[in-house]
Amino acid sequence: MKIHRLAAVAAVLGMLGFGQTALAQDAPKAITIATEGAYAPWNFTTADGKLDGLEIELANDLCTRMKIKCAIIAQNWDGLIPSLQVGKFDLIMAGMFITPKRLETIDFTQPYAVDPGGFAVAKDSELGKLGLSAEKFNLGDEAASMAAIEKLKPMLKGKVVGAQSATMMLEFVKKYFGDTVEIREYKTTEQHDLDLAAGRIDALFAQQTALAATLSKPEFADYTLAGPGFVGGMFGLGTGAGLRKEDTKLKEMLNAAIDEAIADGTIKRISEKWVKTDVTPVK
Amino acid sequence: MIDFVFFLEIIPVLLAGLPLTLQLTAASMGIGFLLALLLALAQQGNNRIVVWPIRAFVAVFRGTPLLVQIFLIYYGLGQFRPWLQSIGIWSLFREPYWCAIVALSLNEAAYGSEILRGAIKSVPRGLVEAATASGMSKLLTLRLIILPLALRQAIPNYSNEIILMVKGTSVASIITLMEVTGIAQDLISQTYRAVEVFVAAGALYLTLNFAIISALNALETRLTPYRARA
Repeated sequence: MKIHRLAAVAAVLGMLGFGQTALAQDAPKAITIATEGAYAPWNFTTADGKLDGLEIELANDLCTRMKIKCAIIAQNWDGLIPSLQVGKFDLIMAGMFITPKRLETIDFTQPYAVDPGGFAVAKDSELGKLGLSAEKFNLGDEAASMAAIEKLKPMLKGKVVGAQSATMMLEFVKKYFGDTVEIREYKTTEQHDLDLAAGRIDALFAQQTALAATLSKPEFADYTLAGPGFVGGMFGLGTGAGLRKEDTKLKEMLNAAIDEAIADGTIKRISEKWVKTDVTPVK
Repeated sequence: MIDFVFFLEIIPVLLAGLPLTLQLTAASMGIGFLLALLLALAQQGNNRIVVWPIRAFVAVFRGTPLLVQIFLIYYGLGQFRPWLQSIGIWSLFREPYWCAIVALSLNEAAYGSEILRGAIKSVPRGLVEAATASGMSKLLTLRLIILPLALRQAIPNYSNEIILMVKGTSVASIITLMEVTGIAQDLISQTYRAVEVFVAAGALYLTLNFAIISALNALETRLTPYRARA
């Protein structure tokens, strides 16, 4: 009797697919990709409710290369990683930086873009008068980037700086300017944009491409990008697509597709269309 | 599955948000109650010019989600900065803290006014007539007869309101105020351990509300011993 039961359980488990993980994974035929839909120009929701932006166009391009069907959905930033883990979708493409902390929980493809973080401030502020510097500091290079940060500190002393919660942008401000500025946390970048225009905050820290898109709107005529850009270090390797650790086959396919898209200039073309600069990662 | 060491680590972090949660609750309940009382008393008369705008206010604030209200008061009014500056109240609406208190207080005023309106109506007419017959002025009748009975009557309903308000303050995190829920969401984004963090935050709210319920039950028992729970 006992043996029969065990055999039955084993059979059921077998049918449910336990024990198959050791075998090589099949290529997926269709996947669901999640984005935030509130991070123009990377990903955003158009007035008629459709998703659009650099990452949407890139996602469609990668899917065509991989010959799989993709559905793209929008999901709150906060919920992206938890929902991926429980299998609500298979891939995140939402301007998400590849960081060691995130790599503890999920896996990433190779980066498909590298975009520095920077400040946006009022044109007539001390930092605003300085304007945008073309310099980019690698946070991995402690000495050079700390010198640049120390130069910014006196200009931002006591100011209110906004950043999106749960992002490396916020972590950057906390880590390097936590003792100098007052920090406000926002659920979406659209909300911190509204508060900059309303004069509730003095500065924003975000990806420079996203800030450039915001500042191109008429209500931000008095605001400008300012100071240098920051890359590397806590910002990790760049922006990549997040996926579950066990989906190794999907990762392999995506990496190959990203390689192709870098090699044939597709990423350069798409990024120049959406963010006006080339954010193609350097190999 | 559940990691108790992690619980012990996050509880002090969450507790840092408790003063803000309590401040928002206390300020909004206080201001909200005063406004509610004014609105309830104003509705006792039958002057349409007074009653109709109050009814409209109550309908709007009871009929829309608190999240929408707080969002509109903060981000919505933020777009009218020049006008608000010209009438000198921008310094109030510039700060997320005051915007939250305005939104929560107005919300509470709407709900509270209906509770108090009913409670005032429940005071037996005979008592009011007796007070008038014995020569008490309207104000004195209100102070000595109507309000003590009405407020006592309103306690069970009002304790609901306080508990709803404690939980309602959690929407303040959408306008950058880091109260208990805001901190919880921050912790989740750092650790990706949504279950543990929300369980801990939930336990914190539960403890707080349990204390409030106990205090209000004690008050109710003291004021209306004949109605006390068995």
